[in-house]
Parts: sequence; structure tokens; C-alpha cells
Amino acid sequence: MGILGKARAKSPWILHFDAGACNGCDIEVIACLTPVYDVERFGMMNIGNPKHADILLVTGTCNLRNARVLKNLYAQMPEPKAVVAIGACALSGGVFHECYNVLGGVEGIIPVDVWVPGCAPKPEAIIEGAVMAVQRMQERASGKVQPPEDESEDEHA
Amino acid sequence: MNPIALGALTLVIAPILGGLLMGLDRRITARLQNRLGPPILQPFYDVGKLMGKQPVACNSFQGVAASLYLMTSVLALLMFVLGQDLLVLLFVLALGAVMLILGGFSVKSPYSQLGSQREVLQMLAYEPLLVLMVVGVYLQTGSFSANSVLALDRPLLLTMPIFLVTQTLVIGIKLHKSPFDVSASHHAHQELVRGIYTEFSGLQLALIELAHFYELVLLLGFVWFLWHTNWLVGAALALAAYFSTILMDNVTARMTWRWLVSFMWTWGIGLAVANLAAIYFMLRVPR
Repeated sequence: MGILGKARAKSPWILHFDAGACNGCDIEVIACLTPVYDVERFGMMNIGNPKHADILLVTGTCNLRNARVLKNLYAQMPEPKAVVAIGACALSGGVFHECYNVLGGVEGIIPVDVWVPGCAPKPEAIIEGAVMAVQRMQERASGKVQPPEDESEDEHA
Repeated sequence: MNPIALGALTLVIAPILGGLLMGLDRRITARLQNRLGPPILQPFYDVGKLMGKQPVACNSFQGVAASLYLMTSVLALLMFVLGQDLLVLLFVLALGAVMLILGGFSVKSPYSQLGSQREVLQMLAYEPLLVLMVVGVYLQTGSFSANSVLALDRPLLLTMPIFLVTQTLVIGIKLHKSPFDVSASHHAHQELVRGIYTEFSGLQLALIELAHFYELVLLLGFVWFLWHTNWLVGAALALAAYFSTILMDNVTARMTWRWLVSFMWTWGIGLAVANLAAIYFMLRVPR
């Protein structure tokens, strides 16, 4: 791992997108920033801007309305990047799975690198997911893993 | 010392010093908030990471703006170290700040536009104080040159005490510290006020961060000037000014831009002009 790789591992900036969660997961994501968990000790910052972000944290189900927004945010993030799906809803749709407007998990819309299950997952699990996403990003940047093909259909775009 | 060697040394040491000070800032801020905080080297990791990102730009001017901002910051610092004209130095510094603002304005994103407008207001607040400090230097030495200050045999602070306060405020505004963080903030990255940086990404943002390192050293250099006769006292003054802005950042909340401009144009400029008047009428050295 060169200097660039080390810098990349030490400074992952996070973009958090709530696709339509009950806010349980979002509260846990925000809890990671508090003095108790303090993700900034890993150099992580909740940056709120896709053009600066390295890791996209998605909570909540995707529906017909926000699939386009999510795709846009993902497309605006410069490579190398990684996506973490957080909570039951982002994984599969969760309790909202059967709703008429719900498309299911994030996977069908953008490629996901790390899944963090739970309803809601603990902040420790979210931090571990983000750390795994950093490893995944490293592999992607070094060319070991090709960026996943975007297989989702454009019908929702 | 050979001016070329001195310039080269400044080019290497200034960003290291500036980055370390910013890392220390983030660490101290975290401790004040009862957090552990990032490593001291974090600003260097951030810059390195940004340099390795995929280049994305909205237009070709953005890259020009970011590089000119870095170049003018480096040039201003070099002029300072090599004892050049302080007034021209301030114009170079202002040119760089304007370049950054134009880079923000060059993109049609409303976030970028709003952020750039707020940055203009910040410039409006701090620029007069920098110029007034140089006027104070002129009143005592009869020259705008930085070398003329070094030729003085007594520290400037004795005749320009107010400028220690105003310079601390200027550092606070330049570094976007509370309560002056109207156009960007180190804590609230998700907020609208960070607009000016919204459309810069990757290498461009890395250049801007690097320019911040140089600018921080230059601003602290201006404080050091106030006690040039003993460089240790000068450095202590500079560090005191820097850490008081960090403390101020953590104990105050953001104020509006209206407050910022009216505060700096009444209290800031008022006190500075009073200090200058005192120098002019009482302390002026007969030539």
C-alpha cells in the first residue's frame, strides 16, 4: 500500500442518504458522530456532498420517487467509491417490502459493497461496515476488484 | 540567508507547519467536545486522498481558479518571507481569494453561487483590517516593505496593541471559525454555508486545502511581526492568537453575515483607526 493508499484508508468521507427509512437507522448513523463513538478518530467525516464523498451510506427502502435521486448521488461521487446499505429496509425493503410504491432494497438501484443488517443496526455495526467499505474501496482502486456493473434497469430513472 | 534558499525552504516547510497546526486544531477541537479526534496528520491524509480521486469538473475554469488560489497564496507567503512590499502582498492575497470566489461563481449550482456570495461578504469584513495594519507599519517606518519592520529596534505590539486583537479576528474569519463561519465551517459539512466548496472536488479541493496551509502560516506570520525582536515571543503570540480562535470557535455559535460585516466595520475598523490615530498624533517618530 503506497502513500496514496494509506491516505485513502485514513480519510474516508461519508455521504448519508435516507431513502425512506423510519429514521431509526438515521439516528444510529448520526450517533456514530457523537463523542461516544466518534468516527472522526478514523478520519471519517459526514460530508453531505456527493462530489467530496468516498462512502455512500444508504438507509431505508428505495421507492419510485427516490430511486432517481439515489442513482444521481451515486453517479456524482468520483471513483474510488463504495456503498454501504444499512438496515433491513436498505437490504430488502424490510417491513415496507410489500408496499405498492416500494422497489425493495438498494441493490437493485445501485451496486452495494457492504450490507449491514439490523433493525436498526448498532452504531458499532455501522462503523464496522464503513471500515469494510474502506477496504473494498482500496481493492477497487488497486484494480483487484472491478467496479460492479450497473445492472439495474433504467425503467425507474 | 540566500533568498533562493530561503524561498525554497519556505515552500517546503510552510505547508508542513500549516498542516500540522490544522491537525492540532482538529485534535484540540475534538478534545474540547469530549471526543478523541483524528490523528494530528489528518489534514495531510485528506489532501493525499483528494489528490487520488477521479477528476470531475463542471467547467475548465474551476481548475484554473483552484490553482491560481494556491499560486497566489504561495506567492504572498514568499513575498512576506523575502521582505517585499506588504501592500502588494495583500493585493496578491486578495487576488487569490477573488479567484476562489470566481471559481465558485463559475458554476450555476445555487449552492456554489450562495456560498461565493457569502465569501465575498467575509472578504469585505477582513480586508480593511489587513490594510490598516500595513498602514500602521507605514506610519512608524515610512515604508510598506516587510524588511523595514525588521529594521525597527522595538516590537510593533507596543505601539499597535489593538492589532493583536484585530489580527486574531481576521484569522478567525479567514479560517471560517465561529462566530464568523458564515461562508464555510469545519464542523457542519452538510450545511448550505459550505457552498463555495460544493462544486470543487478531487485535485481541485486538494489544491485549495494546500493553499489554506500556506495562508495559515502567512496569517500567523503577520501576528509574529508584532514582536519581531524576539522570534520566540513572536511565535508565542502567533500561537496564542491561533488557539484563541479555536477556543472562540468552540464556545460561540454562528452569527449572521449582517452582524459579521457591521461588527467588523464598527468595532474592528473603529478600534484599528483609533490605534492608528494614536500612533499618528503621539508616537510618530520624527524623520
